[in-house]
Amino acid sequence: MELIKDGKRLDGRAPDELRPIKIEAGPLSRADGSCYLEWGGNKVMAAVYGPKEAVPRHIQDSSKAVINAKYNMAAFSVDDRKRPGPDRRSREISKIASEALENVILTEMFPRAMIDVCIEVLDAEAGTRCAGITAAAVALADAGIPMRDIPVACAAGKVDGVVVLDLVGEEDKKGDADLPVAIAPRNEDILLLQMDGHMTPAEFDEALELALKGCREISELQKEALLKKYKTTEGE
Amino acid sequence: MGISCVKRDYLYRLAKEGKRPDGRAFDEYRPIEIERGIINMAEGSAKVKIGNTTVIAGIKMGIGEPYPDTPEQGAMSTAAELIPLASPDFESGPPRADAIELSRVVDRGIRESGFIQLDKLCIEPGEKVWIVFIDIHILDYDGNLFDACSLAASAALMNAKIPNERFELGEDAPMPLDDPPISCTFVKYNGVIVVDPLLDEDEVAEARYTVAIDKNGDIRAMQKGLSGSFTVEEIKNSINNARVISKSIRKLLEG
Repeated sequence: MELIKDGKRLDGRAPDELRPIKIEAGPLSRADGSCYLEWGGNKVMAAVYGPKEAVPRHIQDSSKAVINAKYNMAAFSVDDRKRPGPDRRSREISKIASEALENVILTEMFPRAMIDVCIEVLDAEAGTRCAGITAAAVALADAGIPMRDIPVACAAGKVDGVVVLDLVGEEDKKGDADLPVAIAPRNEDILLLQMDGHMTPAEFDEALELALKGCREISELQKEALLKKYKTTEGE
Repeated sequence: MGISCVKRDYLYRLAKEGKRPDGRAFDEYRPIEIERGIINMAEGSAKVKIGNTTVIAGIKMGIGEPYPDTPEQGAMSTAAELIPLASPDFESGPPRADAIELSRVVDRGIRESGFIQLDKLCIEPGEKVWIVFIDIHILDYDGNLFDACSLAASAALMNAKIPNERFELGEDAPMPLDDPPISCTFVKYNGVIVVDPLLDEDEVAEARYTVAIDKNGDIRAMQKGLSGSFTVEEIKNSINNARVISKSIRKLLEG
């Protein structure tokens, strides 16, 4: 099957075009901060609880807060029902997401505390870790957690030998490479970087530049979502 | 986690005056919102809001072997996840007793009302049948998960299609369904019984009672929970209230 035809991708996008993205800050009542994000066919809810006392006690750090992100997929979010509960893939994503978010949070302000970041994937169509981190960052800001920056994530990749932005289902399965990236947008420091597949160094440079371009666009949407929530609250 | 003494006293005092924290009457339900078909990957799905309480149910179907005692019937399985996203009191890990009770009460209402026509989900008798997985994700916990989960499960089933195409069995077909059960939950605290408890009411509750009512107003499943007790009279009154309330919820679900 051809993944790119006449310069257009399966879903009609140009190689450097993102799927449609919708971000809502603070939809949940119980959480300290929350975010609902739709990114193409992905639907993700993120919630933040804390800072609160870290339990069990042995995980406490006397110099800073512990960031505990949990990435979880709903049983109904994928083609064949996923058995509930963490597997090796979701544990790995939880770990790298925690580390990426920890980088920007002023953890030294909250010794012995922990901040829980729950990322629930409700509907999955490739790129859920980027969607999850992007949503988690908005939820952290909504919770009022002091941060140096609001992280943002986006993937680039290669399909049919062409470097493209934001891979969709079939491209992810049959493509040549996938490169998810998370950055702190103000200085564009890289907080998360993974790759699988096959790219030349030149293709990598091109893909990374494309992923950064995607991150910049999404970063604006994150800020808009937060401004929208707090502007509305002010007006009421 | 338990509730503070101040809050408990406040709820008790209100109850004595015939009031609830959100101003509802004891037999008054919160507004309900149902959104259908929200998950692309699921065979059927629904998001239900009762007040602030928000849950999503998704239906997935697979092919498996029937149980030996029902070789010509499909099977169903219900799981409710009390994920930490929904409340600071929920923890990740294997389901705790309260999540298991919740799943089983939702399952019982659907199973005992014959809502899913399992005999129509047989592919090859004794060999291959459809298995219906009902998975419920709690997103925001503000009380009364029993009714929210039951309603979401029913709405998701009514939105579901048998995924024949994906399994190369021909065209997708509608889910064979009968009339849905409507679940109605009451809690008792400080001598009063209220329907559709808020989170704070759930937390001070001494006893809880859930009843599933069918289209004719008959009872299809019940569950009494927590360590407090009800009198026979209280149970009978609750059933009568549930029969009235379930009519308007049914309209919303079938509408």
